[in-house]
Amino acid sequence: MGKRTQRLAALIRKETTQLLRDRRTLTIIMTLPLIELFLFAYAVRLTVDHLPTVVADMSMDPQSRSFVNALVNSNYFDITGYVASQADVVRAIDEGRAKAGLVIPPDFATRVERGNAEALVILDGSDSFSVSSGYSAAVAVGQDRALGLAAEQARRLGIELKITPIVASVQLLYNPSLNDLIFIMPGLVAMLLQILTVLTTAQAVVKEYELGTIEGLLATPARPLELVVGKLAPNMLLMLVNLGFTTLVGVFWFGVPFQGDPWLFAWLSVLFVASGLALGLLVSSIARTQREAQQVSAMISLVSMLLTGFIYPRGPMPAAIRLVGNLIPLTYFIRIARGIITKGIGLSFMWTDAVALVIYGVVILGFAAMTTKKRLG
Amino acid sequence: MSDAQGQSWPAIVARDLVKEYKTAGGVLSSARQRGPAAVDGVSLTVARGETFGLIGPDGAGKTTLTRVLLGLLARTAGESRVFGYDSMTEPYAIRERVGYIAQRFALPADMTVMENLRFFADVQGVGRADQRRRIPELLEFAGLTKFTKLLAGRLSGGMKKKLALACSLIHEPQLVLLDEPTLGIDPVSRREFWSLLGNLRAEKGLTIFVCTPYMDEAERCNRVGLLYNGRLVTCDTPAVIKQAAPGHLLEFTPSDFVPAQRLVAGLAGVLELQTYGMMLHAFVDDPLARRPQIEAALTAQGIFCIGIREIEPRMEEAFISLITREARKGI
Ligand SMILES: Nc1ncnc2c1ncn2[C@@H]1O[C@H](COP(=O)(O)OP(=O)(O)O)[C@@H](O)[C@H]1O
Ligand SMILES: [Mg+2]
Repeated sequence: MGKRTQRLAALIRKETTQLLRDRRTLTIIMTLPLIELFLFAYAVRLTVDHLPTVVADMSMDPQSRSFVNALVNSNYFDITGYVASQADVVRAIDEGRAKAGLVIPPDFATRVERGNAEALVILDGSDSFSVSSGYSAAVAVGQDRALGLAAEQARRLGIELKITPIVASVQLLYNPSLNDLIFIMPGLVAMLLQILTVLTTAQAVVKEYELGTIEGLLATPARPLELVVGKLAPNMLLMLVNLGFTTLVGVFWFGVPFQGDPWLFAWLSVLFVASGLALGLLVSSIARTQREAQQVSAMISLVSMLLTGFIYPRGPMPAAIRLVGNLIPLTYFIRIARGIITKGIGLSFMWTDAVALVIYGVVILGFAAMTTKKRLG
Repeated sequence: MSDAQGQSWPAIVARDLVKEYKTAGGVLSSARQRGPAAVDGVSLTVARGETFGLIGPDGAGKTTLTRVLLGLLARTAGESRVFGYDSMTEPYAIRERVGYIAQRFALPADMTVMENLRFFADVQGVGRADQRRRIPELLEFAGLTKFTKLLAGRLSGGMKKKLALACSLIHEPQLVLLDEPTLGIDPVSRREFWSLLGNLRAEKGLTIFVCTPYMDEAERCNRVGLLYNGRLVTCDTPAVIKQAAPGHLLEFTPSDFVPAQRLVAGLAGVLELQTYGMMLHAFVDDPLARRPQIEAALTAQGIFCIGIREIEPRMEEAFISLITREARKGI
């Protein structure tokens, strides 16, 4: 065994021993993604139904009542009260008594006959999930009603319309609860993995400086690159195991369908975790204490949550903001993960993201290795 | 450089060695601006087999000098070599041949005594057969045989230092650099540590370079260098350095300290006055003549003078005297 190999093996063994001995951190790392997965599966729902709704029905006829019934039957709206005017509806939402309001004008019935009826749906814009769910549901119900009315009018004129398939396709979009998990799982797992990878890597390096163990290591013949590899290799393995395990739980326990090629996913995961490690290393060269490392990592997590497309689509963002998102590996991997797991597409559709991850990892790793060398003093 | 060539070099050579830290805000101020040098033109040689003590108050530059020797810090100017290997261009050749205990050293606390020894052995490239021989030897030497399975973090302060010493000796280095190795441990452990060093010196001919602010530790060295404000004020054997103190030394305890200090400092024949706890140390040209004069002058001011006697100047007095003179030069 060459001395170089012996040194590297010793460094990796040391890091592994320390990693395995820190039971608390290890437990957190391994269980956090699972806990989040369970939370999203059972507690958090992105589509909101049974919105408390107040109604100002100024028409008060069979037409308006049947429209209100249609909204209630969609399960997205629960009528919590009737009020007199549009102003009362707005007040109810302002005071938090309702998330949605329905205003039906006095001439609703006659306009229905004429074919240009309008009802006003008011939604609490401070709650974006209520808005998107309520809006879609109201539009769907409205269209459904319109189609129903059109069919009725047509029937009166002696024409039979086949409209059922259209209605069915609209309703398929609003498949509650489990569909959220299908959409959210790849991004969620990827994001948690990045947060954990960056944080644990940064902590592991900064700890050596904070505790003073680094000088003893630097004064040995170990080269800076060997120190870095020794530090990263065990973390890399841990995070890959974690990512694989969490994905398996998502697929086999929660039944999230895995559409694409698992091996492609595995290889690209290696790239992703490597670039996360590199980012963590970079954090460690900025932060001087474990606390600072935590704070910088938390900032990266926040940016990741907002700008990588995990929650908000990146399309409408201004170019400068998108550029900030480009500095985070999650941006590329979230597209990869959704592409492989949800859509089942192959490398040819996302090779730019894969290449971006490679470049990212190499550049940051080189940069971090350079700064590590110069740290004493 | 070939090893044969390396054999002819002394353990440590420094010539006009300078280390300046980059001062904060260096980007804004002119790039050429020079901060105060932590090591300011030091030249010294440590021969093989020697025990060399680098003595100096906090902030003198001991740690900086040691780190530059090992190539852990980049030097600003001058030359520094260990066994002939240049600190900047051949640091790994140096680190394979020396053991080092940093001032703020810490061994991985969550690894056991045995794991620590194995780790450093592997990192230093010690073969398995050598490890089987060396590790029990060093455990025995450091008195840690019974604690191999204990986590390093659980050891007492003194035992941690001994483990650090054992780890730094695992690859049988010809030289150890110890930066304040007895900092923060109790006097008994300090004595034990030094007796371990004594054994190493006697049995293995190990070269020891030790930084310390303690004068009693300086007395144990073959040669001592006094570092003050980054400059090597003197460098010689303890016996010669003790001669550096001027004249003869009178020690006494005045009943009223501050006025006595002022009074005695101004008396004729008093070359230098140092404080030593509650005592005063007066260096005088003629002890027999000056002793009654000092007593008389103090009594005249109503100050008692307890236990006045002549003593041999120790390293401590010699150093303070040298530093005081150096500080006056600086002004
Ligand atoms: N990393 C550093 N950056 C800037 N100045 C430093 C640094 N380390 C030490 N110094 C300064 O260099 C001088 C020498 O410090 P040091 O070598 O630690 O002395 P010693 O070990 O003798 O106590 C001190 O004035 C100290 O403030
Ligand atoms: Mg020091």
